Parts: sequence; C-alpha cells; structure tokens
Amino acid sequence: MDLNYSDEELAFRDEVREFLDKELPKSLSDKVLTGKRLTRDDMQGWHDILNSRGWLADGWPVEYGGTGWNAVQKQIFEDESCAAGAPRIIPFGLKMLAPVLIKYGSDEQKDYYLPRILDGSDWWCQGYSEPGAGSDLASLKTRAVRDGDHYVVNGQKTWTTLGQYANKIFCLVRTSTEGKPQEGISFLLIDMDTPGITVRPIILLEGTHEVNEVFFDDVRVPVENRIGEENKGWTYAKYLLTHERTNIANVGANKVALAHLRHIAKLQTIRDKPLIEDPYFAQRLAQIEMDLDAMSTTNLRLLSSPDSVANAGPMSSMLKIKGTEIRQAINDLTRRALGPYAMPFVSEALDAGYNQEPIGPDYAAPVAAEYFNNRKITIYGGSNEIQRGIISKMMMGL
Amino acid sequence: MDFTLTEDRAMLKDMVARFVADNYPLEKRHEIADSADGFSREMWSQFAELGLIGALFSEEDGGFGGAGFDISVLFEELGRGLVVEPFVASAVLAGSVISRLGDDEQKSTLADIIAGGRLAALAHGEPDSRYDVCAVKTTCSRSADGWTLNGNKAVVLNADTADLLVVTARSSGGEWDEDGVCAFLLPADADGVEIRGYPTIDGLRASEISLNDVKVPDSAVLGAEGKAYPAIEMAVARANVALCAESIGLMEICRDITLDYLKTRKQFGVPIGKFQALQHRMATVLTEIEQARSAVINAAGRLELDRIEREKAVSTAKTLCGQVGRLVAEEAIQMHGGIAMTWEYSLPHFAKRLIMIDHQFGDVDYHMARYIELSTAQAA
Repeated sequence: MDLNYSDEELAFRDEVREFLDKELPKSLSDKVLTGKRLTRDDMQGWHDILNSRGWLADGWPVEYGGTGWNAVQKQIFEDESCAAGAPRIIPFGLKMLAPVLIKYGSDEQKDYYLPRILDGSDWWCQGYSEPGAGSDLASLKTRAVRDGDHYVVNGQKTWTTLGQYANKIFCLVRTSTEGKPQEGISFLLIDMDTPGITVRPIILLEGTHEVNEVFFDDVRVPVENRIGEENKGWTYAKYLLTHERTNIANVGANKVALAHLRHIAKLQTIRDKPLIEDPYFAQRLAQIEMDLDAMSTTNLRLLSSPDSVANAGPMSSMLKIKGTEIRQAINDLTRRALGPYAMPFVSEALDAGYNQEPIGPDYAAPVAAEYFNNRKITIYGGSNEIQRGIISKMMMGL
Repeated sequence: MDFTLTEDRAMLKDMVARFVADNYPLEKRHEIADSADGFSREMWSQFAELGLIGALFSEEDGGFGGAGFDISVLFEELGRGLVVEPFVASAVLAGSVISRLGDDEQKSTLADIIAGGRLAALAHGEPDSRYDVCAVKTTCSRSADGWTLNGNKAVVLNADTADLLVVTARSSGGEWDEDGVCAFLLPADADGVEIRGYPTIDGLRASEISLNDVKVPDSAVLGAEGKAYPAIEMAVARANVALCAESIGLMEICRDITLDYLKTRKQFGVPIGKFQALQHRMATVLTEIEQARSAVINAAGRLELDRIEREKAVSTAKTLCGQVGRLVAEEAIQMHGGIAMTWEYSLPHFAKRLIMIDHQFGDVDYHMARYIELSTAQAA
C-alpha cells in the first residue's frame, strides 16, 4: 500500500502538464472552464491535438495505437486534463465502438475503421436506445431483414448524442424474433448518409440540442458492416457498456467541479460573510469533499485490482453509481450557492463571443442549466437502477 | 501508487484471519465478553505470542510495524471476529502516548505491554468532554515532592483490568486549551484512584474513574509539562484508524450474513433476495462499503503526513465509516426481519458493535464539524 505517486508517476504527471501547457489552446480551456458551449470544431480540434501526440486512445492496446497506460497513469492524465480545462474526449468511436471492433471485429473492419477513428475521418454516434427500449434495451424493435448482400433496416433510434455531427452510427438491430429477445440482436455499422436515414433534434429540458432521434426507412446496409455473428449483437453490446471504465466515475471532472463550487462559495456572501462559512452549507460541502476523496481511491483501487477483469460489470456499475451521485450533489449545491442568481438564463450567454454584461456574477450563467442537464447522468448508460440490478445479479448472485 | 499489501502485511492478515476463524467463534466470544475481566488473558497472551500486539509498535519501541497500514490490516480482521481483547486500550491508545512522550524508564514498560504481560489504559475523556480531545478539567498541581491529581474520567476502555494508567490532567490554561495538558503514567492501584468498571452494550468493558488527591512523583510525568496534547491527538488518530478498520471487517461480515439470508429465507414462495426492493438496497450497501474502505486506506496512508492532512483524513474516515456503518447495520437488521432482533442470532452482535463505534472518539457529527474546522484552518 502506498498512496504516494512514485518517481515515474510524478515524471509522467510533469510530462502531461507540460503537454497541456503547450498544446491546449487557451481559447478552448477558457470556454471549458467558464461553462461555454463547445462547437464541433472545438471538440474535433482537441481530438486531433491528442492524436498527434499519440495520447488519444488510452484504452486501446498498444498495437492498435493505444497508449499502454496503467490505471494510475490514466487517472493522472484525466486529472491533469480536467484541471487544465481540456474538453472531454468524444467517446463514441474511441471508447465505445473501438473496444468492440478490437475484440469482435474482422481484420478488415479493424484495419479500416480504427485508423479513421484516430484521425477523425469518422465521427461515430450510438444507435442503442429506442422510444420503446430504454432500460429494457433488449426489447428493441428496429428490424434488419436480409436481402442478398444487404440488410434492410427499418425503425427508430433515440437519445443519439451529437448525432448531428456524426457520419457513422453503430446500431443494435433485431435480426430475429425467435427465442429470448437478447438472442435476436445484431450489431451493424451504418453510414449516416445512406438514403432513408433522417436525423431530428431533441431539445433537452434546459434548451440545448445535444441528442437526436434517428429514423431508418428501408436503409440498405452491406452485410460486411455487421460486427461478428448475426444474432450475437447483445454480447458485443454488453461488452461495450462495461469495457471502458477508466473515466466512468468522472473523478477528474468532479474534482474540477468541486473546486469551482468552493470558489463560488467563497465569493457569495450572507450578511457580508462568505457562504462557505455558513454551517449548513459547509456541512454539505464537506460531505461532498469526503465522498469524492474516498471515490478517488475507490476508482483507482477497483480499476487496478486483479479481479477488475473478472468483475468488470459490477465494478463499473459501482463506479458509475457513486460517480454520478457525487456529480449531481455538486451540481445541486452549486445551484443553491448562487441563490436567486441561479434563475436568469440568457442562452446566448453560453456561446463563445457573447460580449454583453453578465446578469449577476459572471460564473452564474451556466450553473442551473448544467444542474438540469446532468440529471441525465443517473439515467443514461444504464440507469443507476439498472446498475444496482447488475450488482445484485453478478456480484451477489441474487 | 500501489493498492496491494506488502508481503509482511499479507501474512499478518492471513495469520489473524486464520487464528480468529479457528479460535474465536461467536459463542466463545460471548463467553469471554461475559467473564469478570471482559476479555480472556489466555487469548491475550496467544495474541502476544503471534506478534499481534507488536505489529502495532515500531521497531524502535520493540515491535515490528506500527504504521497506519499495520493498524488497518490487523483491526479489520479483529473486527470480523468481534474480538474484545484490549488492543485499542493498551496498545493503540496508552501505548502510543508512552511511545511518543515516555523517557527510557517509562518506555521500558512497552516491552511488557507488547509481550502481553502488562495492560495499560488511557484515562483521558471526561464526563463533560464528549469527543473533544482538548477538553480536560482534571487538575494536576505541583507540590514539593511531585504532583496531585484531582478529577473524573469517563468511559475509559478496559481501565478495570489495567496495570498502568496514562492519565491526562491540566496544569495550566483554560478548559479547552491544547496547551497545559499533561500526561502521567501511574499504577492503576495508586492511592486515590477509584475505578468503577462496567460492561458496554456491544460487549466491551469500560470504567468511570475518580481521582481523589492522587499523589504521583515527578517521574510519572510523560513528556514536558503541559505539552501532552499533540501526543494525545495522535493516539486518538491512531485509535480512529483502528476503529474504522474494525468497522470495515464488521460491515463485510454483516453484508455476508445478510446476503446469505437473502438467498435462503423464503417468503411468498421465493428467496427474499429475488425482490428488487431488497436487491437495490443491498447493491447500495456493497457500493458504500467500498467507499468506506477507501476512506480507511486514505486515513491509514496519511497518518504520517502533516497534522492537518492527517486529521482531515482521519475525520473523513470516521465520518464515512460512521455513516456507512449505520447504513449497513440498520439495513442488515431490516432486511433480516425479526430474527435479527434476537440475541441468539449472530448478526445483531456485529451490528451493535458497528453502531457503537460511532460513539468512540468522535461520531459522524463531531468529525464533520472537525473536518470543516480543519479545512478552514488550512485555507487561512
């Protein structure tokens, strides 16, 4: 047991810091740290910078262009990147599809798609959820019917995050209605510009366009775009959901959000005394700090433990549950820290280039919107209730 | 960073686990706890022979450990057995103070403490002090041939069987000042020391002590006059790491017993673990235990850092272990139903100890407030 960074780990941290200092554009980190909206180019730009350094694919095996980092190094990279205000890496191709391709894809598929994920040729989005298949994902109904060398796909996907920017979508489709619902699902890779695909925005409760509905109307998909075997898609889908666990607890981002909350709580005052000195507030803040301090160790401990491979499912469930609960607690307390100034919401103020006087304190504009937006985190990726079900079944045998 | 145990500690863990499993079944524990001493002297000397007391002391003091992770590894396993022998009282609390403040003569008692031949206790808390470590009203006044102690000490662990007492008293300063706290090492049967021992609800023994004109020589003073507070604070920090680690062992036992019950107890024709209402609560129990364990690792690993970092980590661990301990104990009882309300069943004895740990050296509210105070001091 040793909680201190080794000399090698400290040297790695310095290397990451130096890289961020040199390569992360200030215009970008300013946006991230002040809660401004990012454009497609912002996100792609950071993706490209990381790729040039060879630091994009921290979860891939080295032979495919991965970094070969261990759990501690990944955490150092995440902590430093978040603290510096680097944008989140868009995960759909890199962290969700790529592990499936690497484990289950054909050599042709790997050779074609993996380099395109790295160099940004493809922006992937995820076609999992449907209007009638949320937590009960296996009940999905989008049909793919074989017609010669093609599947003909009909149906609808929803909650497709950043689908408006994507040129590719990986989809779970039903290829059989025999047997259990899980046994008739296949995993297809589809070009977004195939005739018959329509993308329609879903505006979220705080007014942003982040997710979409995707409609499939007689969309013809070549059979070679299927991953693995027909009707085995559920296995690949589950692998995708549990494989990339490094950042599932979002420890680095939560630390930054907590530091921002502390900063706000020192500036806000009650009868000229900083809010942070109010006993009720201080107690709530202390609880979050304690939870996050423990979470940081839980995260590293579970990710570096020898049974983390065998127990990947339930362990990522634990990290997801606790990480999202802590994040929502931070968002909730940040909202309350603002008092009445949580209310004003001028949407344009969240876009870069807005140059009018802020209403209230300059840190107030994104806070309530972020609180509302982050109600999603305990719902998506398998709701926290689904995660508890996974823990019950896989870890406890209930 | 490394989250694996060193080979020595892994061996220590296995040895204690095996010894407790083979020699400390619950019926035996009840028998021991019920005895006049409240612990088994025979068991104590076996623990000493196995080197378990020595694991809590540095090599310099004649032990072979003494670091935070030695404490946490040992106490987690002791917790699983609900062991009642006076590890905390004699080795962690009194032993730490003697080790930090004692002169050569006073430190010579450590060899006996480590060997299990002599028992010591720390008489520090008072009827009004609650968990406040600097609240000392007991007085010590200087006279020509030594010191005279007067005052009362409260809920002192294992004082009624101790050979030696470490007693704190105030020579100067206000009631809550850190400065002015003195520590004395004296025989428990010194004139004027009156000890009233009693059982606690979780199977331990504690005592109320009154000190009536207790005369001690100058040689009884531990360390410099009025400067004992940092050593007391450190001893309490070590005791809290021990208690938190013990609570992890208890939580895991409660979890395992409950899990077993969920799989075997049938209602409405199915094992009750098939009900989602219970599954989700059990999943929360598992997740929160991992958080508590992480907090204990953090506290054990930061025990040698500077004071504020150390004390913040200790308060974090005691708060989270208190919160999670209560969750685990209450959920385990509730999910069992009526059977968990009986003396005969195993679970409630673990649950009782788990809950009462919150009452030793600071509960959730105390440590939350203390953490805030330390954070404020750190920011200033």
